[in-house]
Amino acid sequence: MKPTKIIPLQKISLDGQLLGVNQAATGCGSDSSGCGTTSRTKNVSPEIWEKIKNHPCFSEEAHHHFARIHVAVAPACNIQCNYCNRKFDCSNESRPGVVSEKISPEQAARKVLVVASKVPQLSVVGIAGPGDALANAEKTFRTFELIAQQAPDLKFCLSTNGLRLPEYVDEILKYNIEHVTITINMVDAKIGQHIYPWIFFKNKRWTGIEASQILHEQQMKGLEMLSDRGILCKINSVMIPGINDNHLVEVNKAVHKRGAFLHNIMPLISAPEHGTVFGLKGTPSPSAQELKALQDRCEGRINMMRHCRQCRADAVGMLGEDFGSDFSQEKLEAIESSYDPALHRMYVEKVEGLRKEQTAAEMKGLSDLSNIDSNISILLAVATKSEGRVNQHFGHAKEFQIYEASRSGVKFIGHRRVDLYCQGGYDNEEVLPKTIRAINDCHAVLVAKIGACPREELMKVGIEPVENLAFEFIEPAAMAYFKSYLERIASGETAHQTRADAQLRQGAFVTAA
Amino acid sequence: MAYKIDASLCSGCSACEIECPNAAIREKGSAFAINPKKCTECVGHFDEPQCVAVCPGNKTVVVDDSVPRYKA
Repeated sequence: MKPTKIIPLQKISLDGQLLGVNQAATGCGSDSSGCGTTSRTKNVSPEIWEKIKNHPCFSEEAHHHFARIHVAVAPACNIQCNYCNRKFDCSNESRPGVVSEKISPEQAARKVLVVASKVPQLSVVGIAGPGDALANAEKTFRTFELIAQQAPDLKFCLSTNGLRLPEYVDEILKYNIEHVTITINMVDAKIGQHIYPWIFFKNKRWTGIEASQILHEQQMKGLEMLSDRGILCKINSVMIPGINDNHLVEVNKAVHKRGAFLHNIMPLISAPEHGTVFGLKGTPSPSAQELKALQDRCEGRINMMRHCRQCRADAVGMLGEDFGSDFSQEKLEAIESSYDPALHRMYVEKVEGLRKEQTAAEMKGLSDLSNIDSNISILLAVATKSEGRVNQHFGHAKEFQIYEASRSGVKFIGHRRVDLYCQGGYDNEEVLPKTIRAINDCHAVLVAKIGACPREELMKVGIEPVENLAFEFIEPAAMAYFKSYLERIASGETAHQTRADAQLRQGAFVTAA
Repeated sequence: MAYKIDASLCSGCSACEIECPNAAIREKGSAFAINPKKCTECVGHFDEPQCVAVCPGNKTVVVDDSVPRYKA
């Protein structure tokens, strides 16, 4: 197996001892849950924080620390979406509804155990297709049943279009599935008819407005039922320019009213080579600014998810990474599983220690910003590989995290995928312009290190490369940069300029360099 | 008559297998296939053949003319 950034966790030694953890920070001994942890996500109560703090999709903060595995046991679907083409094997794609191999519940359970024994960061098992989890209910619940018997520490979640959600709410509770994602693209069948050509419901194919009306009613009913029972619901919405972009504000209000916890608005993926109806029709994907503007309009009612990577139904690893190909059925046969939940618990403890350090650093950063009265806000790109720190080389980044800094603090607003600039020691000159387009709306890029050539090119286009905050936690580092930026503006050393739009990258997500 | 699946168009998603009231559909290689001896065209079960109604492919499940018409 090739070395990856998630698998050999240096902080856990071979004999299972934790190394390098700040002991002062983990002052409450081995039982980290006894410390009364406080929420590291805004607008979230301590009870909810307990439920989301190790879930990379439900908490942006958690996605710096924890990994997930999707097992592709659910190939069938009961609706047709115009943004989906469920061709099965497109190995260079990273998008929902696509997998390299479908597997049985028994194969899935073994795969989860093997991955859990190699990846202490693994905290969540999800079933997200490649079809619909509840259109394959028997396989979906059988999978959870098998895994629960062998790895009770893992959290379960599933993703569904909602069509059959109401009838499976009891099963969801029975199998202790605490997180459910429902894809809701409309709350008005007149709009729905342009997204869903048909659904299969109660042994019949429905088309037109009728199909969308049934789907809508089932989605709302299912969401209400789950919310009433304390299941955390995330709503995924695909932003389809010209079809439902403005309408998603109404969707946001409707799901908020029915108790949804998190809303994830994702850009339409519509490259023509994917062969979807929207792709072939030439329906455009939104730009980075269009997506952010819509997310900002929806902000305030429920939490907005902005760290979604639109991953595959068989993704393995941290968000933004996919090591699924390292755990194919063929390779799994050769790997022995020796799952030890203690390893994961130790990792969780280490993260709790890090979080305390991080919170303290952020508090300090915020108090440094407290006497600023400027209305300027800027975007910053950050290269990070783990722990929520600025700790990646510019040339090694496969994606940049984007943060918005203003006097009220630092807010994560998204990520931008790029090609590797540095490949095998050689810089790739063709890649740099694309990288610049991806982060063109940012004033600076915070990295662990950057080469002389890309440094110069970035400066030319007005993006400042910043190395002096290397290895700091991201939020305090961003606050420190912002503070120094404002000081330079105030002293007249630099003039503040607004930046242009950036391009959202689609298509191939290549894991191997 | 029965229904048959064009293997070259089948994505192997298994939706038809799940819906078939006669358990007449099984995976065969990378595609699914209907056992014509078990297929009842859903007569007596449903208003429309379930495999045809649920299949995401275009003209992937079609009438198999080589088999005599099913009699309920």
